[in-house]
Amino acid sequence: MKRFILACLLAAALPVHAGLRVFACEPEWAALAKQLGGDKVDVYEATHALQDPHRIEARPSLIARARSAQLLVCTGAELEAGWLPTLLRESGNAAIQPGRPGFFEAAQLVSRLEIPARIDRGEGDVHASGNPHIQLDPRNLLAVAGPLAKRLGELDAANAGHYAERHQAFSDRMRAAIARWELEAAPLKGARVIAQHKSFGYLFHWLGLVEAGTLEPAPGIEPGSAHLAQLVAQAKAQQVRLILRTPYDSPRPGGWLSERTGIPLVTLPFTVGGSARAQDLFGLFDDTIARLKERTP
Amino acid sequence: MQRIALMAVATALALPAAAGDGELKALREEIAQMKKSYEQRIESLEQRLASGTEKEKSQSPQDGDPRAGTAGGFNPEVSLILQGRYRRLKEVPERSIAGTWPAGGHTHGGDERGFTLDHSELIVSANVNPYFRGLMNVALKDGEAEVEEVYFQTLGLGQGFTLKGGRFLSGIGYLNERHSHAWDFADAPLMMKVLFGEHYGQDGLQLKWVAPTELFMEFGAELGRGAGFPGTDRNKNSPGAGALFAHVGGDVGRSHAWRAGLSWLTTRARQREAHFEDTDAAGPNEVEGRFTGRSRTRIADFVWKWAPDGNPRERNLKLQAELFRRTESGDLACASDVATSPCLGGLGLGNLRSAQSGGYAQAVWQFLPRWRVGYRFDWLNAGAKRYDPVAVFAALDPANAYFARQRPQRHTLMADWSQDEFSRLRLQFARDRSMQGVSDNQVTLQYIMSLGAHGAHKF
Repeated sequence: MKRFILACLLAAALPVHAGLRVFACEPEWAALAKQLGGDKVDVYEATHALQDPHRIEARPSLIARARSAQLLVCTGAELEAGWLPTLLRESGNAAIQPGRPGFFEAAQLVSRLEIPARIDRGEGDVHASGNPHIQLDPRNLLAVAGPLAKRLGELDAANAGHYAERHQAFSDRMRAAIARWELEAAPLKGARVIAQHKSFGYLFHWLGLVEAGTLEPAPGIEPGSAHLAQLVAQAKAQQVRLILRTPYDSPRPGGWLSERTGIPLVTLPFTVGGSARAQDLFGLFDDTIARLKERTP
Repeated sequence: MQRIALMAVATALALPAAAGDGELKALREEIAQMKKSYEQRIESLEQRLASGTEKEKSQSPQDGDPRAGTAGGFNPEVSLILQGRYRRLKEVPERSIAGTWPAGGHTHGGDERGFTLDHSELIVSANVNPYFRGLMNVALKDGEAEVEEVYFQTLGLGQGFTLKGGRFLSGIGYLNERHSHAWDFADAPLMMKVLFGEHYGQDGLQLKWVAPTELFMEFGAELGRGAGFPGTDRNKNSPGAGALFAHVGGDVGRSHAWRAGLSWLTTRARQREAHFEDTDAAGPNEVEGRFTGRSRTRIADFVWKWAPDGNPRERNLKLQAELFRRTESGDLACASDVATSPCLGGLGLGNLRSAQSGGYAQAVWQFLPRWRVGYRFDWLNAGAKRYDPVAVFAALDPANAYFARQRPQRHTLMADWSQDEFSRLRLQFARDRSMQGVSDNQVTLQYIMSLGAHGAHKF
């Protein structure tokens, strides 16, 4: 009887879909896993574009999803240090622990920028492994896609060919798109911008934009009035063209600076789902570049 | 190497000098051109190679294996929590909560007036190997280092199971598992003080299972030594305490998350001590009351969190409440060394059965980045106590706080400011009517600073 009740409970609670269960820490990895897996994967997106990936809570719903995941795809580089360790421990899921095939960290696969020479919290919440927001350079996505497709194939050997094929298709499409984006964004080269947090380092690096400052006085420290006042003069002197924020950053500090300097404040989608057009990885860059160009005279 | 090979080929080509002069000249020119172009190509290749290695050097932490975890950055993760406070309290000789048996158990004081240094917490943890993780949490204070938690935990059992062994904070209730630096108020709710002194720690084993469902369901069982209040150390082979707990939780839309739980703890006490005043005609003496018997505690807990679009950075609200009911049954006795005390040499006072209940409810609201305010209401019901008044009051003064029928209550207001998750300053006002006949207006100023590894907190 007990077994019957349990079976009913499981049947009611478990999704009927039987694809490889992927737990993606950030929307960009959920999008990439969907691109590579198609209908063979069942992707759970743990966070969305309106959430600050640094400040997620290890909510019960996330633990429940991590419990049944077969593959965890996260950024790593300490981005999820405040919540992922708790999630992994509480999940009781051996398959997705660090070191196991079910644990995949994207940041390990790319050349990271802004690796601090010195780790001191006096300089804010610096990540020892460098800037973790790697998704805004599409070449990084290419670097991650190959190993991720391979991993999907290892975990789901029956469909390894399917993943390899989809990877080839994604890779070709992405390469063509990168060439187009680079052409479109060529006029942006050398433009000076101010960002709220060091969220766009890889985008700037890719397109040749110059970060003239950040609204945060130090990474993870909320923008204060003294620092903002200092930025007013700095922005004018350096001929800053844009102030950039992510959808989850408060619009207030950027708005304040924009009002005083006349420099437009632009919200970039930052990740998949961050704007109406950024519904997949291609839309993400289409929209990002369009928004940058639209407001840059 | 390449260059040497090229030279060898060139000289080999140049050797058959028997050909005509004009032919030779043309050949020489051709060779010279080939040499030049190859050298240029080699040079450019070498440059690319050199710049490539340089690039790799500047971005060194790139071992190319996405399985390698950097979740904590350091191995082992070390963090140190610094805490201190200023408190303004009424002078009360013995701060015991009316109607309850004082928990001599796990506390860090906190009743001192004026400036005090709280205990500092040193936390060291790391994965032992892919199958186990270990953690140590030591509370340091003048001349003492108290082991709060030292446990191993499995990572590789799978199927949702996790086994913990060693000393750990019991999973019962909500607040019990959280260290004081993660609390939303400067002190523990009255409920926690009455139940456990502050925390209930187990020396033993905990088995937890998470159900494979979308709705979070977690079940746990613990067996422990049972030395902590409300039990006592009893020098036995069999476990001295057992606990069961179940938690469910989930999200409602993007902005709401909740967790609810039920817990049960059973343990036994032998000669558990508390201070009482006796009925000595020559003047009251402080004697030792002793309880021997069974203690059972049930806790219901509930937490609801709101953050607009699930982003707690700007604004968020946390509602939290716990209720308990404790029943104890056993024998009461008293003991004293004073010749005129009725308790001289130990005196049995018959059966004692008690049922107590209470709880707390609190709300903490972050209304701006960095700023939070909170309110907490604490209440206790000393409930029913059954004993033989003739026997008990022949030896113990009925005016003892334990026999009081007062309903302890406390209102607490809190405001705190956190520059980031590593530093917090807090101001707290409380109107405490938990002590017999005393109404105490308390002011607390507190700091909490975290150094080292980024601690990942639970929901």
